[in-house]
Amino acid sequence: MTTVSLTVNGQSVTADVDPRTLLVQFLRENLRLTGTHVGCDTSQCGACVVHLNGQAVKSCTTLAVQANASVVTTIEGIAEGGDLHPMQAAFREHHGLQCGYCTPGMIMSAIDIVNRKGNALDEQTIRAELEGNLCRCTGYHNIVKAVAAGAQAMAQAPVQQAAE
Amino acid sequence: MYAFEYHRPTSVKEAASLAGQAEDMKFLAGGHTLLPTMKLRLAGPSNLIDLGQIAELRGIERSGDTITIGAMMKHAEVASSAEVKQAIPALAEMAELIGDPHVRNRGTIGGSIANNDPSADYPAACLALNATIITNQRKIAADDFFQGIFTTALEEGEIITQVSFKIPSQAAYAKFRNPASRYALVGVFVAKHADGARVAVTGAGSNGVFRVPEMEQALSGNFAPEALDGIAVSQDEMNSDIHADAAYRAHLVGVMARRAVQAASARG
Ligand SMILES: Cc1cc2nc3c(=O)[nH]c(=O)nc-3n(C[C@H](O)[C@H](O)[C@H](O)COP(=O)(O)OP(=O)(O)OC[C@H]3O[C@@H](n4cnc5c(N)ncnc54)[C@H](O)[C@@H]3O)c2cc1C
Ligand code: FES
Ligand code: FES
Repeated sequence: MTTVSLTVNGQSVTADVDPRTLLVQFLRENLRLTGTHVGCDTSQCGACVVHLNGQAVKSCTTLAVQANASVVTTIEGIAEGGDLHPMQAAFREHHGLQCGYCTPGMIMSAIDIVNRKGNALDEQTIRAELEGNLCRCTGYHNIVKAVAAGAQAMAQAPVQQAAE
Repeated sequence: MYAFEYHRPTSVKEAASLAGQAEDMKFLAGGHTLLPTMKLRLAGPSNLIDLGQIAELRGIERSGDTITIGAMMKHAEVASSAEVKQAIPALAEMAELIGDPHVRNRGTIGGSIANNDPSADYPAACLALNATIITNQRKIAADDFFQGIFTTALEEGEIITQVSFKIPSQAAYAKFRNPASRYALVGVFVAKHADGARVAVTGAGSNGVFRVPEMEQALSGNFAPEALDGIAVSQDEMNSDIHADAAYRAHLVGVMARRAVQAASARG
């Protein structure tokens, strides 16, 4: 067993884990944060995307022990109390999901795109930047619309980004 | 994934000494090749030595006609580095074409080079930019480093610490991506140096990354797409698989080489 200490959604967590525990397993099974999904478990689909020190990563391809001393934000950590994060609200508004399996990863990736590329995102940029996130339901069209709208909404509600 | 013991050294020296003691060990960098391989149980090291906490493996520095990148620098960091963009824009652009944003936030230059995947992008950059691979033991010219698919000059327990690239006067990388995996179906890196042009091809060769002497000779005389007219690579040594057969890959090498020279020339 190896001890791992990290901050998850603003709370410090320390645990002894088998070193082969994936970050996604640690989040889902130890911390019961089941919003982060496992779609493929082969680093392809992006359902497992969380922010590690503010950057989007695939938590199925990261060991929990590699996240030692880091700050992790999951889909559960972005709403402010009862208010959805603007990107979550945009996915709801624009029907950016059907079954919802890919959605947590899509939203965490979308926020990462805004953090890197700003609030005015064109369709081409969004599609290229979502390359690491697969959706089997929507055909992406409404996801792209939701990301563009969510990006703009994030500019109007800068306070909500403080959750990072 | 099989069980392993996990080590987190904070210096190259400590990592090397752990590697000397630990049986059946592997270094862990970004884990974006190694962890999937371990999940498939194609690798099952007893000891995993994580290089992630070693500060001396980080950093990007320009000095004279070279730019030197620490082995643990992530693809996203190289892609967005002001120094790299200024010195060798083609290298930053190449890093930006690796995988997807999440892969680029974890995968490292050292891991990519040590792995020498036949479809990886960095090996082509290393050959075209006449790179030197610096380890905790020695300096190895890129021409001697890549020795065939998944094979390098690295000895057991040897650690890549830095990669030093020669700054060319012109360069570009043209990549034909496999649309599913995003690895290179064929990628061609061309660079014009004071002592001649270099052309390196990844994704295509059945023996991994390679240079194309005929193209280099032609481009050394005239660094323009027309210089490549009439030069074809033989399909005999091309990779053939469900994604593309040897003839198709051989053809793509020519197409991508021209596009790369065009892009390099357009940059001026
Ligand atoms: C979905 C996906 C898409 C990808 N697409 C591309 C692509 O388009 N192009 C591309 O080039 N790559 C691609 N990759 C691979 C990616 O770039 C990997 O990150 C890279 O090949 C390995 O780097 P790493 O840091 O993850 O190394 P790891 O997986 O941690 O290690 C790989 C190997 O290198 C060894 N190693 C690592 N660092 C060192 C060191 N400093 N010294 C000595 N040995 C070391 C390890 O022991 C291991 O054997 C993709 C990966 C994924 C998951
Ligand atoms: S579950 Fe991690 S990428 Fe699919
Ligand atoms: S909404 Fe079902 S996978 Fe995307």
